[in-house]
Amino acid sequence: MVPLSYYLILSAILFACGVTGFLIKRNIITIFMSIELMLNAVNLSFVAFAASLKALSGHIFVFFVMVVAAAEAAVGLAIIISVFRTRETLNVDRVNLLKL
Amino acid sequence: MSLHLWIIPLLPLAGAAINGLLGKRFSKALVNTIALGSTGLAFAYALWVTAQFAGMPSSQIPYIEQHSAWITTADFSVNWGFYLDQLSLVMMLIVTGVGFVIHVFSVGYMEHEGGYYRYFAYLNIFMFFMLMLVLADNYLQMFIGWEGVGLASYLLIGFWFLKKSAADAGKKAFITTRVGDFGFLIALFLLIKHFGTLQYEGVFKAVSAYPVETSAGFLTAIGLLMLLGATGKSAQIPLYVWLPDAMEGPTPVSALIHAATMVTAGVYMVARSHAIFDRGPDAMLAVAVIGTLTAIFAASIGLAQQDIKKVLAYSTVSQLGYMFMGCGVAAYGAGIFHLMTHAFFKGLLFLGSGAIIHSLGGEQDMRRMGGLRKYMPYTFWCMTIATFTIAGFPPLAAFFSKDGILWKTWASGNHILWLIGVIAAGMTSFYMFRLWFLTFFGEYRGPTPETGAHAQDVDTRHAAHTGAVRDAQDAHVTSGSHGHGAPHESPWVMVVPLIILAFFCVISGWVGISEAMGGSDRFDHFLAPVFQAAAPVAATGTPPAHESASIELLFSTISVAAALVGFLIAWFLYYKRTDLPAKIARSLGGLYTLVLDKYRIDELYSAVFIKPLIAASTDIFWKGMDRGLIDGAADGSAAAAQEVSDEMRRMQSGNIRSYAGWVAVGAAVVIAFMVWRGVR
Repeated sequence: MVPLSYYLILSAILFACGVTGFLIKRNIITIFMSIELMLNAVNLSFVAFAASLKALSGHIFVFFVMVVAAAEAAVGLAIIISVFRTRETLNVDRVNLLKL
Repeated sequence: MSLHLWIIPLLPLAGAAINGLLGKRFSKALVNTIALGSTGLAFAYALWVTAQFAGMPSSQIPYIEQHSAWITTADFSVNWGFYLDQLSLVMMLIVTGVGFVIHVFSVGYMEHEGGYYRYFAYLNIFMFFMLMLVLADNYLQMFIGWEGVGLASYLLIGFWFLKKSAADAGKKAFITTRVGDFGFLIALFLLIKHFGTLQYEGVFKAVSAYPVETSAGFLTAIGLLMLLGATGKSAQIPLYVWLPDAMEGPTPVSALIHAATMVTAGVYMVARSHAIFDRGPDAMLAVAVIGTLTAIFAASIGLAQQDIKKVLAYSTVSQLGYMFMGCGVAAYGAGIFHLMTHAFFKGLLFLGSGAIIHSLGGEQDMRRMGGLRKYMPYTFWCMTIATFTIAGFPPLAAFFSKDGILWKTWASGNHILWLIGVIAAGMTSFYMFRLWFLTFFGEYRGPTPETGAHAQDVDTRHAAHTGAVRDAQDAHVTSGSHGHGAPHESPWVMVVPLIILAFFCVISGWVGISEAMGGSDRFDHFLAPVFQAAAPVAATGTPPAHESASIELLFSTISVAAALVGFLIAWFLYYKRTDLPAKIARSLGGLYTLVLDKYRIDELYSAVFIKPLIAASTDIFWKGMDRGLIDGAADGSAAAAQEVSDEMRRMQSGNIRSYAGWVAVGAAVVIAFMVWRGVR
């Protein structure tokens, strides 16, 4: 049986990758994928703990997170399409209309 | 039984409210009806109250009427109330009676002036406050009246407010009396601190428990502070300077406020607080000394003035000095007696001078008068009576009242004060007869109506006197119909008040003829219960009247002799040898100029108090404190906020990735903190 700490370390690595991607990438799609990566890193921790502690609630959380992620993907992709249509770019540094 | 004393002050207040708020649209007749009606009714009601008062058993005196509560706290409360005893009765009758007569006179005097309704509204509001002052049953209510008459005085002195000198004189009067009011206010605080009440009844009862202070204590302090208030309101040294300038107001105002009633408020206050002064001998002495010094100082200034109203103004200051002198030697009855006779004769003198000024189209300089006896016979005879009265010739009123004060000053042992008083009486006689001769005798020295240029001159001067303040409908006044070419007798509405006052000048003294002269000194006995009420036991040692009767007669003779000397000098200089005064003035040189310039006291005050105060206000308080410190702090904090936010603004770059970076950093900090603290 793989020890719990392995899962957690993998989860932390994935989360760090997500954060790094979120911070350094300019393309909105990539940023979006980084967010998905962070969510799934968290999901991994949840199921690892659930299996280790023999508790059901971790699994339930994961389902919720997946539902939210799906909804977020739908809304987020719609926004991205809309942004691309009006600005013809996916570079977030150019999407700065609210800047003073 | 209730006398409903509140009606008396409320009537003039109602008149003031109606005329003041709606009067602009009223006809003059309606304004007259309201102003004179309310004052006349107040006087009539005061007479009815007097009749009721006469029938009261002495156990019910003082009659106190309390209405609603005004200020209520746990250990201190003040009510609206009215207090009627012999003293306030006399004051009430003077204020309503003389006030009504002067209202009548004003109808004639102000006929050609703009702002007619405004004038009467102010005059009525003055009556209201003055009656509040004399009828109050506690010091705080008295203070309301005290401040209120100051306000009315300010408004009326500055009645022709487009004229800068008038506006300035109003401000001067208000500010100068404020200095005194400050003392009065502190005295009230001390009363609250020591007795916990401001009701006359409570204060006098509490004071009765104290003996006469052998060394200056808090009662002396209260007395001195009250005296400071009185010097402001009653124009005594050192705060008398506002009263001569107050002559900028219409002459009936000078008669009512700055001669007959308001300026006597200080005397009334001292007499009312006699229980306190009786117990502070030092304060008492200060009253007498200040009164005497003022009497001679102001009289000496009056010797050389050329403006008829200025002479009368300094005369008022001087006569008020006599009243203080009387109060200061515990002869309160004599002081109030002189207050009453003074209200008649000085009111008459001012109204007479007003009639002259009116008749000459605003001329106030006595050098351009003369010979008016022929033109204004009624005014002449009334003024003659008043002049002989103030000079102190028997059997006219001031002979008895002034003599009473002088005699009691001597009897109390203040022989030097008596001597100064007699000299001042001689001076009084001189300057008053100087005024009389200059005005009514000799040849008319004013411009004659025949030559067109002069008539023009008169008209422009009249216009200046009228003041630019006039409502549009009054703009016609200076022309034709009421030609001011030659001096003329006043209309009956101005003459009748003169005659009434002249009548009282003659008879009002007779109520106070002293025992030595075969009278019974009824006025003094009438007021006696007031001044014996809370008097200290030791202070009842009045001079044995019967043994000193012959001495008293001797002293009266001395006073009359002083008056006679003054008369003779004035007669010689201003009737017999009219060329002499100019020569004397020239030979006196600097001294004469000094007196003519009123000893340059105004200049002294200006250099010592006013200029440093203005400089300090401008440089320290305005430029330093207000603009530097307060504005600096306000502006500085605003500028700092702007600077800081300008820097902070840069954090909100609008760059999503930088926001995300901040979120990540924040999360990292939180996690680091939790790890460090070991929080799970």
